[in-house]
Amino acid sequence: MKRRMTRGVVTRGVLLAALALAVALPLLAQAPGPDYGEFNFLGLDRRGAVWIAAQLHLLFAAFVLGVPMFAVVIEAIGMFGGDEKYDKLAKEFTRLLLVAYSATAIWGAILVFFLSTLYPRFWAYLTAIFAPSMWVYAGLFFLESFTLYLYYYGWDAWKKGAAKKVHWCLGIMLNIWGTIVMFIANGWLTYMMSPPEGLTADTAPQTVQLWSAINNATWMPINIHRLLANVVFGGAIVGAYAAYRFLTSRTDEERAHYDWMGYTGNLIAIGALIVLPFAGYWLGREIYEFSQQMGITMMGGFMSWLWIIQAFLIGILFLAGNYYLWIGMGRIPGAERFQPYIKWMLLVLVLGVIVWATPNTMIADRDEIAAMGGIRHPFLQVLGVMSAKNTAVNLMILTTFLSFLMYRRANKDPVVPWARAGTMLQGAAFALCAVVVVFYGVYGYFVTAIVRIGFSVYQVLAVLATILFVIGIDMAMLRGAKSRGEIRWGRMPDRSQYALLILAVTFTWLMGLMGFARSGIRQHWHVYEVIRDTSEQAFTPALGPAATIISICVLIFFGLVGVIFWLGGLAERSVYQEAEAEAKGAEGHAALGEPMPSPALGDVD
Amino acid sequence: MKRYLSHPFWQGAIVVVASYVAFEYVIGYVLPVIGVASAPVPSSVIVEYMLIVLVGVLLYMSADEERWQRFREPIRETMVQPDRRTLRGILMVAFPVLIGWLAYERVKPSYAAPATLRAVHPAPPNQLTFRGETIELTGLENPLREEGSMEEHLAVGKRIYVRNCVPCHGDLLDGQGHYAQAFNPVPADFTSSGNLPQLTESYVFWRIVKGGPGLPREGTPWDSAMPAWETILEQDEIWATILYLYDQTGFPPRTWEEEGGHE
Repeated sequence: MKRRMTRGVVTRGVLLAALALAVALPLLAQAPGPDYGEFNFLGLDRRGAVWIAAQLHLLFAAFVLGVPMFAVVIEAIGMFGGDEKYDKLAKEFTRLLLVAYSATAIWGAILVFFLSTLYPRFWAYLTAIFAPSMWVYAGLFFLESFTLYLYYYGWDAWKKGAAKKVHWCLGIMLNIWGTIVMFIANGWLTYMMSPPEGLTADTAPQTVQLWSAINNATWMPINIHRLLANVVFGGAIVGAYAAYRFLTSRTDEERAHYDWMGYTGNLIAIGALIVLPFAGYWLGREIYEFSQQMGITMMGGFMSWLWIIQAFLIGILFLAGNYYLWIGMGRIPGAERFQPYIKWMLLVLVLGVIVWATPNTMIADRDEIAAMGGIRHPFLQVLGVMSAKNTAVNLMILTTFLSFLMYRRANKDPVVPWARAGTMLQGAAFALCAVVVVFYGVYGYFVTAIVRIGFSVYQVLAVLATILFVIGIDMAMLRGAKSRGEIRWGRMPDRSQYALLILAVTFTWLMGLMGFARSGIRQHWHVYEVIRDTSEQAFTPALGPAATIISICVLIFFGLVGVIFWLGGLAERSVYQEAEAEAKGAEGHAALGEPMPSPALGDVD
Repeated sequence: MKRYLSHPFWQGAIVVVASYVAFEYVIGYVLPVIGVASAPVPSSVIVEYMLIVLVGVLLYMSADEERWQRFREPIRETMVQPDRRTLRGILMVAFPVLIGWLAYERVKPSYAAPATLRAVHPAPPNQLTFRGETIELTGLENPLREEGSMEEHLAVGKRIYVRNCVPCHGDLLDGQGHYAQAFNPVPADFTSSGNLPQLTESYVFWRIVKGGPGLPREGTPWDSAMPAWETILEQDEIWATILYLYDQTGFPPRTWEEEGGHE
């Protein structure tokens, strides 16, 4: 019954999206009408309406594209490693996709309706260039939907032998379709940011080559940035789901399961987050190279204060991610020996956030400006430039990795004869990396801007190389390691779960804010320096109103995600309650402290 | 005393107070005394820093269950123990008074100009017009670097600067001219590493040519007193002045690169 209901919701969503596309495309390629449609709903204008619909569509899309990426990896771990609990976890991740998929389609349809009715002339312009890719998009969307149905509903039917491998391949196909769908949509939006050279307002859209429009200057950087960000976002939302389920758990078994699930989601989110800044940096460089004006608007001009807000939010991510690991060490026998290091790691993180959040030009009143002799602080200005900020963020990434390493090693004693030498080598790698990062950070103050930009690459490479080197040693060293005791899954204080929820909210907020930066740097252009925005909303909104709209999007998103979480929990609740009833009747009660339980989640939908 | 120092609550309180003292007084007043260039930190930044420190302290205290319990002890005891009734009463009055005072401080009438959020380096246009002539800014280099005598250019630049720029930007190029304090925003300090070396010469050219009136919309507030020098100076005189600025400060100008890049 529930399965049918879920499927119905999905189908309706997909149908709605298809209907929107079918109706909108021909309608919008029509002859010229008014440039803009009228819209006013509770003070929300046409731009606000499109903004909210696009943002919510993107948030759900990021989730449904990110989760399959790691679901398929986790399924492979279960399949090739022979541990069924991973298979069940992958399936539970996938279950969350079903309703989220409908939400993606519904918001996508609303977005198309808004665009086609509120920006008819511009939409006609876009369809004149991109119509073939829009039809491919719609086709792939269907393909993706049905692959998802097969992947999820075939999970138990194709559980063993070659059928399981076919099932796993379905998961891979799901990712391929989803990635292509995203790449196509990215082509549309990046065309608006960085159209090919030589286009003017008079260029007939029919004469624009489709491939050159898609393969524009910022297309591939956005593709890569979003691929990684989707994994981060998916991991964070899954972590939030696990936190919600943990907090509402009634049995120890349930708590243990969702504790493990939350840990896995957090690990995925933070792991992918570590490489995300590098993709963002590439995107930033491409934007700057495409247009100095756009680059300076983003980094030094109107949008520059957004980066201070971003620094704050990313600081929260680093602090919350590490905090979760540190609290988690409380449930691992042997982790006590690492406790003394926590305060020093926290000190590095706090100092890192302080450096990152130090503005280059400060908000100050007249007296404060007079005292500083300008809008830059004579002492703190050294922290306001990228040399300091790059150094800070690289050290924060390194510290986060160290936290993870301690967590990983907490209950293990290596038995290999070279364990001591290996640990010393790891320590030396960390120290050397920190020296390289700080050296280039300081040296950056004494060279020209062009040389300095190159230094950030060395810093990043040093950190990535250290992570790979250290984890390589660790894996070899912990082979056959002696255990100090199993992780006591479920023995986590509630506040650890709030850290997971904060992570998810912060990621969502961050996506909205930085999406505003990316889109807002076009300023008063629909297509940058080609099609001008002549509506009354042609101005770029100030940070305050922009933050309000984005916060509204975050609230709506989590309101809807709350419903998805609730739906996701309906099915298993009955199973856990049955298990609880059975447990009460039985003499033995599953005690905490046992190895990770494998509740029969795979049996229910 | 030792008992307090070893207690997580008081340790946390000490870190918070010490951080505030460091941000407010050490950076603002102690560093200048020992010869380090510094000034009082704007309140917006102090609030930012203190929030980060406070969050850090709370995270540390709650990262370990035992420490968290001990940290909460004095708070819980103050709230529930009968023998803390007097202290509780004082706090019950003191906290609302504190909040009320803070609220009053925020809303009381003030004649000071409000704190501003200003983009110091607003985005330049891709092209500008100089007395009707269109000049592409993207990729534009200082033409005087490739022609004539550098010595002569610098002499022209010096003459232009002394005659026109010194009253505001100062004879030390530090933005501390005679009229500097009359302006908000204050004139640019060319000796700061955050200005000239961050900018291409074409950017500086744009700022001199168009001045305050030519600031783009996002360059608010548009109250820069910088004149639009295109009405007074010739192009070569402006380029010569730019050469002089970089020469005197010792900074190399930011150059264009094929791969792009930003800070």
